[in-house]
Amino acid sequence: MTSKNNRSGGLLEKFSGALNTALYHITSFAYLHWLLIRLFLVGLVKPGKIFRGKQIFEQMFLMGVQSIPIVAVTSLFLGMTLAMLTTYTLADFGAEVWVAGLVGVGFTRELGPLITAIVVAGRVGASISAELGTMVVSEEIDALDTMGINPIRYLVLPRFLALLIMMPCLAIMSDYLGILGGYLISAMKMDMSFAYYKDLTVEALKLKDVFTGLIKSLSFAMIISMIGCYQGLIVSGGAEGVGKGTTKSVVNSLIFVIAADSFFTALFTYVIV
Amino acid sequence: MIEIKNLIKMYDNRRVLDNVNLTIKQGETMVIMGGSGCGKSTLLRHIICLARPDSGQIFIKGQNVTEMKESELVEVRKRFGMLFQSGALLNSLTVGENVALPLVEHTQLDPKIISIIVKMKLELVGLTGFENLMPSQLSGGMKKRVGLARAIAMDPELVFYDEPGAGLDPITASVVDKLIMDLTKKLGITSIVVTHEMKSAFRIADRIAVLYKGKVVDIGTPDHIKNSKHPYVTQFISGAPDGPEPLRRSKDDYLSRLTAFDEE
Repeated sequence: MTSKNNRSGGLLEKFSGALNTALYHITSFAYLHWLLIRLFLVGLVKPGKIFRGKQIFEQMFLMGVQSIPIVAVTSLFLGMTLAMLTTYTLADFGAEVWVAGLVGVGFTRELGPLITAIVVAGRVGASISAELGTMVVSEEIDALDTMGINPIRYLVLPRFLALLIMMPCLAIMSDYLGILGGYLISAMKMDMSFAYYKDLTVEALKLKDVFTGLIKSLSFAMIISMIGCYQGLIVSGGAEGVGKGTTKSVVNSLIFVIAADSFFTALFTYVIV
Repeated sequence: MIEIKNLIKMYDNRRVLDNVNLTIKQGETMVIMGGSGCGKSTLLRHIICLARPDSGQIFIKGQNVTEMKESELVEVRKRFGMLFQSGALLNSLTVGENVALPLVEHTQLDPKIISIIVKMKLELVGLTGFENLMPSQLSGGMKKRVGLARAIAMDPELVFYDEPGAGLDPITASVVDKLIMDLTKKLGITSIVVTHEMKSAFRIADRIAVLYKGKVVDIGTPDHIKNSKHPYVTQFISGAPDGPEPLRRSKDDYLSRLTAFDEE
């Protein structure tokens, strides 16, 4: 923002401008979290004033239930792809039976939550920032403020909670469908029975694998909803601003989701064994 | 009712509001008039506490709102209504839900009573039976009237209007003006209207304040403003292209501006 006006600025000025913008965004993003946490804590004392069931359920439907088809399709295909890839590689060792375990562990620990988050970032994250951004532009947020309705409570909190609830559910569904995709390939290529494939999967899976995936998906839900809301609320400058905000929301969500995924994988593989 | 004292607001070293002093009495309709960019919308944003001044105070019913915390402001805001330029209806809610929103959020009233109040308010603005339409199905004038119904849903003592006539045809604009006058008289509301449309300003105002370059240059009854000696006010009322507000921003350095090159 500042760098735009700095035509004659040297490298140092550009750098300090960029640093300034970054610091500004980091602090205001942190401030949004603080406001949300404070609201949540107040809500624990008097829930009726803060949490509105109707809004949360509405958002759960929009974000969660309506994401089911796309999450299901992508997970099924990814499961099939993973099974084909591993069958091809493991065939060299004559170890094709391991496909079931690989797909099972891979999906519950890693791919299920990740593919869900990627799809949801594109679908839900974008829609959150586009919606809130449009509301900023058309003075709706100001209107809420002047009516004495806290926009964070009315708009951000229900979206945050709804995604926090729905994301693990979607991840579990994705796990199932990925494993089903793996089974379809194994059934076609190796004539494996469903019961046998299921036994192999259950044998390879530990409860910890499932929990790891669920913890990840909770963190992804926070990242996507908070970045979506933040990028929406800071929109300025009409339709163009809404477009830019939406793009930033999806791009930032994807970067942070994948970074967080890597972080949690490292944490659960090397630190908390 | 409202007292504004020495209000100053800077944007990038430019004084948008320059020592504004203004008193608004109970029950009157005060019109804040001025050209584009004179700071009238900024002034309104300060009175409704959407922006904080750099210095100066605003007292609403004796309470200094410039130093209030958000939680205290909520209580003040419950007592006033605001009509935004485009209505600012929530697009995801129906007309009825929009009008009911402040009631649902701030009161413990039964849904049946709320729906009766909503019907009453819509009746007042002449939109009976529109409860179940979405805002996107309404025309600009209707949206404004729904916005007005929402602004008076909580029976406020104070209503702010941001450019009530902007973007409306003359007939619809005068209908909205008529509504503002009716509501002020019927409900005893204090109204603050920001506009640059003189016709409507002279129609509805008890007093008019003219804002120029962030300063109140003249204030008084519509007749007083019509006969004002202040050069800017006369230019504004007659709509002359040249005057204190020059046609070209800077005549003298025309040549130097033309021949100036951007330094790279």
